[in-house]
Amino acid sequence: MIEVQNLTKTFGDRTAVDHISFTVNKGEILGFLGPNGAGKTTTMRILTGFLPATSGTAKIGGFDVFDDSIEVRRRIGYLPETPPLYTDMKVGEYLDFVTRIKNVPAEKRASRIEDALEKTNITDKRDELIKRLSRGYKQRVGIAQALVHDPDVIILDEPTVGLDPKQIIEVRHLIKGLAGNHTIILSTHILPEVSMTCDRVVIINRGKIAAVDTPANLTTQLKGAQHVRFEARADEAALRGAMQEIPGISNVVIEPVGSSGVLAVTVESAAGQDARSEIAAKIVGKGWPLLELRGVSLSLEEIFLQLTTDDASHAVESNT
Amino acid sequence: MKGLYAIYRKEMGHYFVSPIAYIVVGVFLLLTGFFFTKILSILIEQAFEMGMQGGQFGGVDVPSLLVRDFFGVLASLLLFLTPILTMGVYAEERKRGTMELLMTSPVTDTEIVLGKYLALLTLFVIMLLPTFAYAAFTFFHSDPAAPWRVLLCAYLGALLMGGVLLALGSFFSSLTENQLIAAVLTFGAFLILWVIDFGSRGSSTGIGAAIQYLSVIKHYDDFTRGVIDTSSVIYYASFIFLGLFLTVRSIDSMRWRRA
Repeated sequence: MIEVQNLTKTFGDRTAVDHISFTVNKGEILGFLGPNGAGKTTTMRILTGFLPATSGTAKIGGFDVFDDSIEVRRRIGYLPETPPLYTDMKVGEYLDFVTRIKNVPAEKRASRIEDALEKTNITDKRDELIKRLSRGYKQRVGIAQALVHDPDVIILDEPTVGLDPKQIIEVRHLIKGLAGNHTIILSTHILPEVSMTCDRVVIINRGKIAAVDTPANLTTQLKGAQHVRFEARADEAALRGAMQEIPGISNVVIEPVGSSGVLAVTVESAAGQDARSEIAAKIVGKGWPLLELRGVSLSLEEIFLQLTTDDASHAVESNT
Repeated sequence: MKGLYAIYRKEMGHYFVSPIAYIVVGVFLLLTGFFFTKILSILIEQAFEMGMQGGQFGGVDVPSLLVRDFFGVLASLLLFLTPILTMGVYAEERKRGTMELLMTSPVTDTEIVLGKYLALLTLFVIMLLPTFAYAAFTFFHSDPAAPWRVLLCAYLGALLMGGVLLALGSFFSSLTENQLIAAVLTFGAFLILWVIDFGSRGSSTGIGAAIQYLSVIKHYDDFTRGVIDTSSVIYYASFIFLGLFLTVRSIDSMRWRRA
């Protein structure tokens, strides 16, 4: 549905997007993950035809975003970083304007508006002026605006910004519900959002793609060293000694939990080694009460940091 | 075409909820009403005096003078007030981020510009229309019959000059996110077009004539005298076209320069 090849955008001598390529299949949700200023918004603006690319091509539904811009714009719904709202309009009026400007046939307008209001859960706000709505509701009107004309592709730039936790969950459900019928690209710098909503993730940093994969694959692939975390009641020095007896274990971090004499321990074992049974045997053998033990996989957050900081250090190296 | 109409509709709706349009139109009508009565009473006084002094020249042509003086004042009022109507037309959209919605919707830049321009023009006509009632009322009570043709010519002139102001104002509004900057630039540019012939009046050189042709008010004067000069119509039409063309280019360039 979406094909991006070697897309580059420079502003003066600053390269915002640097030769990125990816594809999105029909019905898929693709997450754009990256720190602020990584080039997420620029890429989305190129896809929506708002900005022309410096080089490279991007196609949506087979139409080039630059050469057939109008055809592409017919097929997309777009929520920019700041929701594009006419604040002196009522919610219903505003959506009516959007259906008109997006060429929705007259007989379908009313039902499309109804549908969008319902999906974003703002039916009861239809007759309110947009300027009187709270930040969260404004964001929802922005999302309603992006899907009111039932586009093939929906591009959402940070859709959950400004929402409260309950609304964030609602919006994530909404986005998941839209997949299948629509192809969705969303950007975020909030990591759990990606693992919860997206089928695939593009991690982007300094205009370059650092990784493209499913959230699950990213987590397992990049796991590297395994972490084990446990809690036991023991003497700190003795525990440290006991851990060092187990081969392959390093980086023992011990923190007391409250003043109950319980120690929380995090250890790192070599890649591929599951040290959990050895640790459990060791502690039980010593007669210490073992309260908790679990393997910790690297969170997306850590992977993200690893990837983006690695990339940053490479960049520094290549500059020197 | 549908996109153009959608934009036109939205702009018109915006005028009827925004205080700016009401205030501008209100102030305009208040001032034109004041000047109209003042000019009329002064002219009638003068006519009386002339009549008392003999009146061998058939007295004063009050209706014609009224049209000329009133439309002179009207032009000055338009110079001050129309930049306020146009200042927000693109600047506000840019500031609010709604330009991004328009520019990623299946409408061409030309449709956006024309839709907004036609809405401005409609508002302008709505603003001008009540003043017609003042003049029409006077003309109905005029004896001998008043020169309706002159009055209609003057309105055509006001419409064309207003059209130029609105087109230029749209262009300046598309250059900036700041409405005040847009208003000041429009006012300045139009004032320059107004007074451009100050230095060259009475000059007979080719350059002098060319500069005089550029003066926006000189062509307007013809209309208020009841003269429709094709070269004046072409002058205004080309300025309107230029203003709209520049606006389309300016919107297109937004895509290229935005960082």
